[in-house]
Amino acid sequence: MEFFFDWFRVLYDETGINLPFLYDSYDRNRMVNGFLTTIWLSLVCLFFSVIIGVIGAWLQGSSFKWTRRIVNGYIQIFRNTPPLVQLYFFYFAIGTLLPKVENDWGGQSPLLGSFAWAAISLSFFAGAFNVEIFRSGIEAVPKSTVEAAEALGFSKLMIYRDITLPLAFRVVLPALNNNLVNLVKTTTLAYAIAVPEMLYEANQIWSDNVNVTEMMIFLLLAYFALVGVLVSGMNRWERAMKIPGYG
Amino acid sequence: MTYKTDLPVMLPVTPREAEPFLRLSLWHAIPIAAVCIVGPSLAFAADGIAILSPLAVLANWAPLLLKGFVFNLVISISAMGLGTAAGAMLGLGQISPNRAMRGSSWFVTQFFRNAPWLVLLFFAMFLLPFEISILGLKIPFPDWFKAILGLSLPVMANVSEIVRGAVNSLPSGQWEAAESLAYTRRQTLWLIILPQCVKRMLPPWMNLYAILTMATVLASIVGVSEVMTLTGRALSAEGGRPELLAPFYGFVLLLFFAYCYPIARFTVRLEKKFSVIT
Repeated sequence: MEFFFDWFRVLYDETGINLPFLYDSYDRNRMVNGFLTTIWLSLVCLFFSVIIGVIGAWLQGSSFKWTRRIVNGYIQIFRNTPPLVQLYFFYFAIGTLLPKVENDWGGQSPLLGSFAWAAISLSFFAGAFNVEIFRSGIEAVPKSTVEAAEALGFSKLMIYRDITLPLAFRVVLPALNNNLVNLVKTTTLAYAIAVPEMLYEANQIWSDNVNVTEMMIFLLLAYFALVGVLVSGMNRWERAMKIPGYG
Repeated sequence: MTYKTDLPVMLPVTPREAEPFLRLSLWHAIPIAAVCIVGPSLAFAADGIAILSPLAVLANWAPLLLKGFVFNLVISISAMGLGTAAGAMLGLGQISPNRAMRGSSWFVTQFFRNAPWLVLLFFAMFLLPFEISILGLKIPFPDWFKAILGLSLPVMANVSEIVRGAVNSLPSGQWEAAESLAYTRRQTLWLIILPQCVKRMLPPWMNLYAILTMATVLASIVGVSEVMTLTGRALSAEGGRPELLAPFYGFVLLLFFAYCYPIARFTVRLEKKFSVIT
Protein backbone atom coordinates (compact mmCIF):
# COMPACT_ATOMS: atom_id res chain seq x y z
CA MET A 1 0.00 0.00 0.00
CA GLU A 2 2.82 2.39 0.93
CA PHE A 3 4.40 1.69 -2.42
CA PHE A 4 1.18 2.67 -4.13
CA PHE A 5 1.01 5.93 -2.19
CA ASP A 6 4.67 6.69 -2.85
CA TRP A 7 4.05 6.30 -6.53
CA PHE A 8 1.94 9.47 -6.41
CA ARG A 9 4.82 11.34 -4.76
CA VAL A 10 6.98 10.25 -7.69
CA LEU A 11 4.17 11.34 -10.04
CA TYR A 12 4.24 14.78 -8.42
CA ASP A 13 8.03 15.05 -8.73
CA GLU A 14 8.03 13.89 -12.31
CA THR A 15 4.94 15.56 -13.81
CA GLY A 16 3.79 18.18 -11.30
CA ILE A 17 0.39 16.51 -10.82
CA ASN A 18 -0.01 17.08 -7.11
CA LEU A 19 -2.36 14.69 -5.28
CA PRO A 20 -1.34 15.15 -1.64
CA PHE A 21 -4.43 13.34 -0.33
CA LEU A 22 -2.83 10.14 -1.65
CA TYR A 23 0.82 10.38 -0.63
CA ASP A 24 0.58 12.53 2.49
CA SER A 25 -0.93 10.70 5.43
CA TYR A 26 -2.21 13.91 7.12
CA ASP A 27 -4.03 15.05 4.00
CA ARG A 28 -5.21 11.52 3.37
CA ASN A 29 -6.88 11.41 6.79
CA ARG A 30 -8.53 14.76 6.15
CA MET A 31 -9.87 13.64 2.80
CA VAL A 32 -11.12 10.31 4.10
CA ASN A 33 -12.83 12.06 7.01
CA GLY A 34 -14.41 14.54 4.64
CA PHE A 35 -15.63 11.76 2.39
CA LEU A 36 -17.10 9.87 5.36
CA THR A 37 -18.74 13.05 6.68
CA THR A 38 -20.36 13.64 3.31
CA ILE A 39 -21.66 10.08 3.23
CA TRP A 40 -22.87 10.25 6.82
CA LEU A 41 -24.56 13.62 6.29
CA SER A 42 -26.20 12.29 3.12
CA LEU A 43 -27.46 9.16 4.87
CA VAL A 44 -28.86 11.10 7.84
CA CYS A 45 -30.60 13.55 5.52
CA LEU A 46 -31.89 10.78 3.25
CA PHE A 47 -33.38 9.00 6.23
CA PHE A 48 -35.04 12.02 7.82
CA SER A 49 -36.24 13.52 4.54
CA VAL A 50 -37.99 10.27 3.64
CA ILE A 51 -39.54 10.17 7.14
CA ILE A 52 -40.72 13.77 6.72
CA GLY A 53 -42.10 12.87 3.30
CA VAL A 54 -44.04 9.86 4.61
CA ILE A 55 -45.47 11.71 7.60
CA GLY A 56 -46.20 14.87 5.59
CA ALA A 57 -48.02 12.91 2.91
CA TRP A 58 -50.15 11.28 5.59
CA LEU A 59 -50.95 14.62 7.21
CA GLN A 60 -51.84 16.06 3.82
CA GLY A 61 -54.58 13.45 3.52
CA SER A 62 -55.97 14.52 6.89
CA SER A 63 -59.57 15.60 7.16
CA PHE A 64 -58.64 18.72 9.17
CA LYS A 65 -58.41 21.75 6.94
CA TRP A 66 -55.71 23.42 9.04
CA THR A 67 -53.42 20.39 9.11
CA ARG A 68 -53.46 20.35 5.32
CA ARG A 69 -52.89 24.08 5.20
CA ILE A 70 -49.89 23.94 7.51
CA VAL A 71 -48.32 21.12 5.50
CA ASN A 72 -48.93 23.07 2.28
CA GLY A 73 -47.39 26.14 3.83
CA TYR A 74 -44.33 24.16 4.88
CA ILE A 75 -43.95 22.76 1.35
CA GLN A 76 -44.31 26.12 -0.38
CA ILE A 77 -41.96 27.95 1.96
CA PHE A 78 -39.21 25.35 1.74
CA ARG A 79 -39.53 24.86 -2.00
CA ASN A 80 -39.46 28.53 -2.91
CA THR A 81 -36.59 29.82 -0.80
CA PRO A 82 -32.89 29.15 -1.33
CA PRO A 83 -31.57 26.19 0.69
CA LEU A 84 -28.47 28.16 1.62
CA VAL A 85 -30.53 30.93 3.23
CA GLN A 86 -32.57 28.28 5.04
CA LEU A 87 -29.34 26.82 6.33
CA TYR A 88 -28.13 30.23 7.55
CA PHE A 89 -31.51 30.93 9.08
CA PHE A 90 -31.46 27.68 11.02
CA TYR A 91 -27.81 27.86 12.03
CA PHE A 92 -27.45 31.56 12.86
CA ALA A 93 -30.96 32.76 13.68
CA ILE A 94 -32.49 29.76 15.42
CA GLY A 95 -29.18 28.33 16.65
CA THR A 96 -28.40 31.44 18.67
CA LEU A 97 -31.85 31.48 20.27
CA LEU A 98 -31.36 28.00 21.72
CA PRO A 99 -29.87 27.66 25.21
CA LYS A 100 -26.19 26.87 25.54
CA VAL A 101 -24.91 23.78 27.32
CA GLU A 102 -21.74 23.29 29.31
CA ASN A 103 -19.18 21.18 27.51
CA ASP A 104 -16.47 18.88 28.88
CA TRP A 105 -13.99 21.69 29.38
CA GLY A 106 -16.39 23.78 31.42
CA GLY A 107 -17.03 26.26 28.61
CA GLN A 108 -20.28 27.14 26.90
CA SER A 109 -21.09 25.52 23.61
CA PRO A 110 -24.23 25.64 21.47
CA LEU A 111 -26.83 22.96 21.97
CA LEU A 112 -26.57 21.79 18.37
CA GLY A 113 -23.42 21.88 16.28
CA SER A 114 -23.06 22.79 12.64
CA PHE A 115 -23.42 19.18 11.50
CA ALA A 116 -26.74 18.81 13.33
CA TRP A 117 -28.08 22.06 11.85
CA ALA A 118 -26.98 21.06 8.38
CA ALA A 119 -28.75 17.73 8.80
CA ILE A 120 -31.94 19.38 10.09
CA SER A 121 -32.08 22.09 7.46
CA LEU A 122 -31.29 19.85 4.48
CA SER A 123 -33.76 17.22 5.70
CA PHE A 124 -36.53 19.79 5.84
CA PHE A 125 -35.56 21.10 2.40
CA ALA A 126 -35.57 17.67 0.73
CA GLY A 127 -38.55 16.58 2.84
CA ALA A 128 -40.71 19.31 1.29
CA PHE A 129 -40.15 17.74 -2.12
CA ASN A 130 -40.64 14.22 -0.76
CA VAL A 131 -44.09 15.06 0.62
CA GLU A 132 -45.28 15.92 -2.89
CA ILE A 133 -43.66 12.82 -4.33
CA PHE A 134 -45.28 10.48 -1.82
CA ARG A 135 -48.59 12.24 -2.19
CA SER A 136 -48.58 11.58 -5.94
CA GLY A 137 -47.98 7.89 -5.24
CA ILE A 138 -50.78 7.73 -2.68
CA GLU A 139 -53.19 9.27 -5.15
CA ALA A 140 -52.34 6.48 -7.59
CA VAL A 141 -53.73 3.88 -5.19
CA PRO A 142 -57.31 3.28 -6.28
CA LYS A 143 -60.11 4.15 -3.91
CA SER A 144 -61.49 0.63 -4.19
CA THR A 145 -58.34 -0.82 -2.61
CA VAL A 146 -58.68 1.48 0.38
CA GLU A 147 -62.40 0.72 0.63
CA ALA A 148 -61.67 -3.00 0.56
CA ALA A 149 -59.24 -2.56 3.44
CA GLU A 150 -61.79 -0.49 5.34
CA ALA A 151 -64.34 -3.27 4.86
CA LEU A 152 -61.84 -5.70 6.37
CA GLY A 153 -61.68 -3.56 9.50
CA PHE A 154 -58.28 -1.90 9.01
CA SER A 155 -57.84 1.35 10.91
CA LYS A 156 -56.78 4.52 9.11
CA LEU A 157 -53.18 4.24 10.26
CA MET A 158 -53.03 0.54 9.35
CA ILE A 159 -54.37 1.23 5.87
CA TYR A 160 -51.71 3.87 5.32
CA ARG A 161 -48.90 1.78 6.76
CA ASP A 162 -49.76 -1.63 5.34
CA ILE A 163 -51.64 -0.95 2.12
CA THR A 164 -51.33 2.53 0.65
CA LEU A 165 -47.70 3.24 1.44
CA PRO A 166 -46.18 -0.05 0.20
CA LEU A 167 -48.07 0.30 -3.10
CA ALA A 168 -47.28 3.99 -3.42
CA PHE A 169 -43.63 3.52 -2.53
CA ARG A 170 -43.00 1.33 -5.56
CA VAL A 171 -44.42 3.76 -8.09
CA VAL A 172 -42.70 6.84 -6.68
CA LEU A 173 -39.22 5.32 -6.48
CA PRO A 174 -38.00 6.93 -9.75
CA ALA A 175 -39.11 10.40 -8.62
CA LEU A 176 -37.72 9.78 -5.14
CA ASN A 177 -34.46 8.68 -6.69
CA ASN A 178 -34.19 12.00 -8.52
CA ASN A 179 -34.79 13.99 -5.37
CA LEU A 180 -32.32 11.98 -3.32
CA VAL A 181 -29.62 12.56 -5.94
CA ASN A 182 -30.34 16.27 -5.60
CA LEU A 183 -30.08 15.96 -1.85
CA VAL A 184 -26.62 14.37 -2.04
CA LYS A 185 -25.51 17.24 -4.26
CA THR A 186 -27.02 19.78 -1.86
CA THR A 187 -24.94 18.48 1.06
CA THR A 188 -22.09 20.61 -0.34
CA LEU A 189 -23.93 23.62 1.09
CA ALA A 190 -22.89 22.47 4.55
CA TYR A 191 -19.51 23.89 3.56
CA ALA A 192 -20.94 27.33 4.29
CA ILE A 193 -21.36 26.59 8.00
CA ALA A 194 -18.01 24.80 8.25
CA VAL A 195 -19.19 21.22 8.42
CA PRO A 196 -16.00 19.27 7.59
CA GLU A 197 -17.42 17.49 4.54
CA MET A 198 -15.70 16.71 1.29
CA LEU A 199 -15.77 20.17 -0.30
CA TYR A 200 -14.59 21.76 2.95
CA GLU A 201 -11.66 19.35 3.33
CA ALA A 202 -10.75 19.72 -0.33
CA ASN A 203 -10.72 23.47 0.18
CA GLN A 204 -8.37 23.05 3.15
CA ILE A 205 -6.06 20.85 1.12
CA TRP A 206 -5.91 23.17 -1.86
CA SER A 207 -5.30 26.12 0.44
CA ASP A 208 -2.28 24.30 1.89
CA ASN A 209 -0.89 22.85 -1.31
CA VAL A 210 -2.04 25.26 -4.03
CA ASN A 211 -3.31 22.48 -6.27
CA VAL A 212 -6.79 23.77 -7.07
CA THR A 213 -7.04 22.11 -10.48
CA GLU A 214 -6.25 18.60 -9.27
CA MET A 215 -8.52 18.86 -6.23
CA MET A 216 -11.37 20.25 -8.34
CA ILE A 217 -11.19 17.42 -10.82
CA PHE A 218 -10.97 14.93 -7.98
CA LEU A 219 -14.02 16.50 -6.31
CA LEU A 220 -16.09 16.34 -9.47
CA LEU A 221 -15.14 12.71 -9.99
CA ALA A 222 -15.83 11.88 -6.35
CA TYR A 223 -19.34 13.34 -6.51
CA PHE A 224 -19.87 11.66 -9.84
CA ALA A 225 -18.98 8.34 -8.21
CA LEU A 226 -21.14 9.00 -5.13
CA VAL A 227 -24.17 9.86 -7.24
CA GLY A 228 -23.48 6.87 -9.48
CA VAL A 229 -23.42 4.48 -6.53
CA LEU A 230 -26.67 5.95 -5.18
CA VAL A 231 -28.42 5.75 -8.58
CA SER A 232 -27.34 2.19 -9.28
CA GLY A 233 -28.30 1.13 -5.75
CA MET A 234 -31.73 2.72 -6.09
CA ASN A 235 -32.26 1.15 -9.50
CA ARG A 236 -31.36 -2.26 -8.13
CA TRP A 237 -33.76 -1.74 -5.23
CA GLU A 238 -36.47 -0.65 -7.67
CA ARG A 239 -36.05 -3.89 -9.62
CA ALA A 240 -35.99 -5.98 -6.45
CA MET A 241 -39.18 -4.36 -5.13
CA LYS A 242 -41.05 -4.76 -8.37
CA ILE A 243 -44.10 -7.00 -8.16
CA PRO A 244 -44.90 -8.59 -11.52
CA GLY A 245 -48.24 -7.34 -12.83
CA TYR A 246 -48.35 -4.23 -10.63
CA GLY A 247 -47.47 -0.77 -11.76
CA MET B 1 -48.88 -2.93 -20.87
CA THR B 2 -52.14 -1.62 -19.43
CA TYR B 3 -55.30 -3.53 -18.72
CA LYS B 4 -58.77 -2.06 -18.80
CA THR B 5 -60.61 -3.27 -15.75
CA ASP B 6 -63.12 -1.82 -13.39
CA LEU B 7 -60.79 -2.37 -10.46
CA PRO B 8 -57.30 -1.31 -11.48
CA VAL B 9 -54.44 -2.27 -9.19
CA MET B 10 -52.83 1.12 -9.60
CA LEU B 11 -53.99 4.31 -11.25
CA PRO B 12 -51.59 6.16 -13.54
CA VAL B 13 -49.14 8.31 -11.57
CA THR B 14 -49.29 11.98 -12.33
CA PRO B 15 -46.58 14.21 -10.91
CA ARG B 16 -48.31 16.23 -8.28
CA GLU B 17 -47.97 19.95 -8.01
CA ALA B 18 -48.08 21.60 -4.65
CA GLU B 19 -51.40 23.12 -3.75
CA PRO B 20 -51.39 26.87 -3.40
CA PHE B 21 -50.62 27.99 0.10
CA LEU B 22 -53.90 29.40 1.47
CA ARG B 23 -54.50 30.79 -2.02
CA LEU B 24 -52.05 33.57 -1.35
CA SER B 25 -51.57 36.27 -3.86
CA LEU B 26 -48.66 38.64 -4.03
CA TRP B 27 -50.15 41.38 -1.87
CA HIS B 28 -50.58 38.91 1.00
CA ALA B 29 -46.80 38.91 1.32
CA ILE B 30 -46.86 42.38 2.84
CA PRO B 31 -48.87 41.66 6.02
CA ILE B 32 -47.09 38.32 6.46
CA ALA B 33 -43.73 40.04 6.14
CA ALA B 34 -44.85 42.58 8.69
CA VAL B 35 -45.80 39.84 11.16
CA CYS B 36 -42.60 37.85 10.58
CA ILE B 37 -40.35 40.82 11.04
CA VAL B 38 -42.24 42.87 13.61
CA GLY B 39 -43.00 39.86 15.82
CA PRO B 40 -39.46 39.01 16.88
CA SER B 41 -38.55 42.68 16.95
CA LEU B 42 -41.27 43.50 19.48
CA ALA B 43 -40.12 40.69 21.73
CA PHE B 44 -36.65 42.17 21.91
CA ALA B 45 -37.58 45.80 21.69
CA ALA B 46 -39.16 45.85 25.15
CA ASP B 47 -35.91 46.56 26.98
CA GLY B 48 -34.05 48.64 24.40
CA ILE B 49 -34.39 52.39 24.69
CA ALA B 50 -31.07 53.75 23.51
CA ILE B 51 -30.52 51.22 20.71
CA LEU B 52 -32.73 51.04 17.67
CA SER B 53 -35.26 48.25 17.51
CA PRO B 54 -34.39 45.40 15.11
CA LEU B 55 -37.15 46.51 12.77
CA ALA B 56 -35.79 50.03 12.51
CA VAL B 57 -32.32 48.62 11.85
CA LEU B 58 -33.71 46.41 9.13
CA ALA B 59 -35.56 49.36 7.61
CA ASN B 60 -32.24 51.21 7.47
CA TRP B 61 -30.54 48.41 5.64
CA ALA B 62 -33.43 47.31 3.43
CA PRO B 63 -32.55 49.52 0.42
CA LEU B 64 -29.02 48.10 0.33
CA LEU B 65 -30.28 44.54 0.64
CA LEU B 66 -32.80 45.15 -2.12
CA LYS B 67 -29.99 46.41 -4.33
CA GLY B 68 -28.12 43.20 -3.59
CA PHE B 69 -31.20 41.20 -4.47
CA VAL B 70 -31.47 42.98 -7.81
CA PHE B 71 -27.87 41.94 -8.46
CA ASN B 72 -28.92 38.34 -7.73
CA LEU B 73 -31.65 38.67 -10.33
CA VAL B 74 -29.16 40.07 -12.85
CA ILE B 75 -26.87 37.09 -12.23
CA SER B 76 -29.77 34.66 -12.57
CA ILE B 77 -31.04 36.17 -15.82
CA SER B 78 -27.61 36.27 -17.46
CA ALA B 79 -26.74 32.75 -16.32
CA MET B 80 -30.08 31.54 -17.63
CA GLY B 81 -29.48 33.22 -20.99
CA LEU B 82 -26.00 31.78 -21.37
CA GLY B 83 -27.01 28.37 -20.07
CA THR B 84 -30.03 28.17 -22.34
CA ALA B 85 -28.03 29.05 -25.45
CA ALA B 86 -25.30 26.52 -24.66
CA GLY B 87 -27.79 23.92 -23.42
CA ALA B 88 -29.93 24.12 -26.56
CA MET B 89 -26.88 23.38 -28.68
CA LEU B 90 -25.87 20.53 -26.39
CA GLY B 91 -29.40 19.15 -26.43
CA LEU B 92 -29.49 19.19 -30.21
CA GLY B 93 -26.10 17.46 -30.11
CA GLN B 94 -27.68 14.74 -28.00
CA ILE B 95 -30.18 13.93 -30.74
CA SER B 96 -27.73 14.28 -33.62
CA PRO B 97 -27.46 11.35 -36.04
CA ASN B 98 -23.68 11.42 -35.63
CA ARG B 99 -22.69 8.83 -33.04
CA ALA B 100 -19.59 10.55 -31.73
CA MET B 101 -21.44 13.85 -31.41
CA ARG B 102 -24.31 12.18 -29.59
CA GLY B 103 -22.01 10.34 -27.21
CA SER B 104 -19.89 13.34 -26.31
CA SER B 105 -22.92 15.59 -25.81
CA TRP B 106 -24.46 12.95 -23.59
CA PHE B 107 -21.30 12.70 -21.53
CA VAL B 108 -20.93 16.46 -21.06
CA THR B 109 -24.60 16.72 -20.07
CA GLN B 110 -24.39 13.92 -17.52
CA PHE B 111 -21.13 15.22 -16.12
CA PHE B 112 -22.43 18.70 -15.39
CA ARG B 113 -25.82 17.47 -14.28
CA ASN B 114 -24.39 15.16 -11.66
CA ALA B 115 -21.90 17.61 -10.20
CA PRO B 116 -23.06 19.77 -7.28
CA TRP B 117 -23.77 23.39 -8.20
CA LEU B 118 -21.43 24.68 -5.52
CA VAL B 119 -18.52 22.57 -6.77
CA LEU B 120 -19.09 23.84 -10.32
CA LEU B 121 -19.15 27.38 -8.98
CA PHE B 122 -15.82 26.82 -7.24
CA PHE B 123 -14.59 25.26 -10.46
CA ALA B 124 -15.36 28.40 -12.45
CA MET B 125 -14.15 30.72 -9.69
CA PHE B 126 -10.71 29.22 -9.23
CA LEU B 127 -9.85 27.84 -12.62
CA LEU B 128 -10.76 30.80 -14.80
CA PRO B 129 -8.11 33.50 -15.07
CA PHE B 130 -8.94 36.94 -13.68
CA GLU B 131 -8.26 38.41 -17.11
CA ILE B 132 -7.52 37.13 -20.57
CA SER B 133 -5.60 38.93 -23.26
CA ILE B 134 -6.55 38.57 -26.89
CA LEU B 135 -4.21 40.31 -29.34
CA GLY B 136 -2.81 42.46 -26.58
CA LEU B 137 -6.31 43.52 -25.51
CA LYS B 138 -6.86 42.71 -21.86
CA ILE B 139 -10.39 41.59 -21.02
CA PRO B 140 -10.91 41.46 -17.25
CA PHE B 141 -12.95 38.64 -15.72
CA PRO B 142 -14.55 40.05 -12.59
CA ASP B 143 -15.89 37.78 -9.85
CA TRP B 144 -19.53 38.23 -10.76
CA PHE B 145 -18.86 37.30 -14.38
CA LYS B 146 -17.13 34.10 -13.29
CA ALA B 147 -20.10 33.37 -11.03
CA ILE B 148 -22.42 33.74 -14.02
CA LEU B 149 -20.29 31.32 -16.02
CA GLY B 150 -20.12 28.88 -13.10
CA LEU B 151 -23.87 28.91 -12.60
CA SER B 152 -24.58 28.59 -16.31
CA LEU B 153 -22.75 25.24 -16.45
CA PRO B 154 -25.38 23.22 -14.54
CA VAL B 155 -28.12 25.23 -16.27
CA MET B 156 -26.64 24.22 -19.61
CA ALA B 157 -26.72 20.54 -18.69
CA ASN B 158 -30.29 20.74 -17.42
CA VAL B 159 -31.53 22.65 -20.48
CA SER B 160 -29.82 20.02 -22.63
CA GLU B 161 -31.88 17.32 -20.91
CA ILE B 162 -35.06 19.38 -21.26
CA VAL B 163 -34.48 19.77 -25.00
CA ARG B 164 -33.72 16.09 -25.48
CA GLY B 165 -36.75 15.06 -23.42
CA ALA B 166 -39.07 17.38 -25.35
CA VAL B 167 -37.86 16.18 -28.75
CA ASN B 168 -38.13 12.55 -27.70
CA SER B 169 -41.63 13.10 -26.31
CA LEU B 170 -42.96 14.00 -29.74
CA PRO B 171 -44.54 11.08 -31.57
CA SER B 172 -42.21 9.63 -34.19
CA GLY B 173 -45.01 10.07 -36.73
CA GLN B 174 -44.04 13.74 -36.90
CA TRP B 175 -40.57 12.83 -38.14
CA GLU B 176 -41.90 10.27 -40.57
CA ALA B 177 -44.56 12.57 -41.97
CA ALA B 178 -41.97 15.29 -42.52
CA GLU B 179 -39.68 12.80 -44.22
CA SER B 180 -42.43 11.67 -46.55
CA LEU B 181 -43.03 15.32 -47.50
CA ALA B 182 -39.35 15.50 -48.50
CA TYR B 183 -38.24 17.84 -45.74
CA THR B 184 -34.53 17.68 -45.03
CA ARG B 185 -33.44 16.87 -41.50
CA ARG B 186 -32.64 20.49 -40.74
CA GLN B 187 -36.00 21.67 -42.06
CA THR B 188 -37.82 19.01 -40.08
CA LEU B 189 -36.05 20.08 -36.91
CA TRP B 190 -36.51 23.83 -37.31
CA LEU B 191 -39.94 23.94 -38.94
CA ILE B 192 -41.75 21.00 -37.42
CA ILE B 193 -40.15 19.52 -34.33
CA LEU B 194 -38.76 22.50 -32.39
CA PRO B 195 -41.86 24.75 -32.69
CA GLN B 196 -43.89 21.98 -31.08
CA CYS B 197 -41.25 21.47 -28.41
CA VAL B 198 -41.27 25.06 -27.17
CA LYS B 199 -44.59 24.55 -25.43
CA ARG B 200 -43.38 21.41 -23.72
CA MET B 201 -40.09 22.94 -22.71
CA LEU B 202 -41.49 26.11 -21.18
CA PRO B 203 -42.72 24.75 -17.80
CA PRO B 204 -39.56 22.77 -16.93
CA TRP B 205 -37.48 25.68 -18.18
CA MET B 206 -39.24 28.05 -15.81
CA ASN B 207 -38.82 25.57 -12.99
CA LEU B 208 -35.13 25.54 -13.73
CA TYR B 209 -35.07 29.32 -13.66
CA ALA B 210 -36.59 29.32 -10.18
CA ILE B 211 -33.99 26.81 -9.03
CA LEU B 212 -31.23 28.92 -10.55
CA THR B 213 -32.50 32.06 -8.85
CA MET B 214 -32.34 30.25 -5.54
CA ALA B 215 -28.84 29.05 -6.37
CA THR B 216 -27.50 32.56 -6.96
CA VAL B 217 -26.96 32.97 -3.22
CA LEU B 218 -24.21 30.37 -3.57
CA ALA B 219 -22.16 33.15 -5.15
CA SER B 220 -21.87 34.67 -1.68
CA ILE B 221 -19.73 31.71 -0.59
CA VAL B 222 -17.19 32.54 -3.28
CA GLY B 223 -17.21 36.24 -2.46
CA VAL B 224 -19.54 37.98 -4.90
CA SER B 225 -21.30 40.83 -3.08
CA GLU B 226 -24.89 39.84 -3.59
CA VAL B 227 -27.75 39.89 -1.09
CA MET B 228 -26.37 37.21 1.27
CA THR B 229 -22.93 38.81 1.46
CA LEU B 230 -24.49 42.20 2.08
CA THR B 231 -26.68 40.72 4.82
CA GLY B 232 -23.61 39.32 6.54
CA ARG B 233 -21.84 42.66 6.26
CA ALA B 234 -24.86 44.57 7.54
CA LEU B 235 -25.10 42.23 10.52
CA SER B 236 -21.46 42.67 11.41
CA ALA B 237 -21.70 46.42 10.91
CA GLU B 238 -24.47 46.44 13.52
CA GLY B 239 -22.11 44.73 15.93
CA GLY B 240 -23.41 41.20 15.58
CA ARG B 241 -26.49 41.67 17.77
CA PRO B 242 -28.12 38.23 18.04
CA GLU B 243 -31.69 39.60 17.96
CA LEU B 244 -31.02 41.00 14.47
CA LEU B 245 -30.22 37.61 12.94
CA ALA B 246 -33.78 36.31 12.63
CA PRO B 247 -35.29 39.46 11.04
CA PHE B 248 -32.40 39.85 8.57
CA TYR B 249 -32.27 36.26 7.40
CA GLY B 250 -36.06 36.16 7.44
CA PHE B 251 -36.08 39.21 5.19
CA VAL B 252 -33.80 37.48 2.66
CA LEU B 253 -35.97 34.35 2.76
CA LEU B 254 -38.99 36.52 2.14
CA LEU B 255 -37.42 38.31 -0.82
CA PHE B 256 -36.75 35.01 -2.53
CA PHE B 257 -40.15 33.64 -1.64
CA ALA B 258 -41.87 36.70 -3.06
CA TYR B 259 -39.96 36.26 -6.32
CA CYS B 260 -40.02 32.46 -6.73
CA TYR B 261 -43.50 31.64 -5.48
CA PRO B 262 -45.36 33.49 -8.27
CA ILE B 263 -43.04 31.82 -10.80
CA ALA B 264 -43.88 28.42 -9.34
CA ARG B 265 -47.62 29.12 -9.47
CA PHE B 266 -47.38 30.40 -13.03
CA THR B 267 -45.45 27.27 -14.03
CA VAL B 268 -48.17 25.07 -12.61
CA ARG B 269 -50.77 27.01 -14.56
CA LEU B 270 -48.77 26.68 -17.77
CA GLU B 271 -48.29 22.96 -17.18
CA LYS B 272 -52.03 22.51 -16.84
CA LYS B 273 -52.66 24.57 -19.96
CA PHE B 274 -50.10 22.75 -22.09
CA SER B 275 -50.69 19.27 -20.71
CA VAL B 276 -51.24 16.76 -23.48
CA ILE B 277 -54.49 14.90 -23.14
CA THR B 278 -53.94 11.27 -24.04
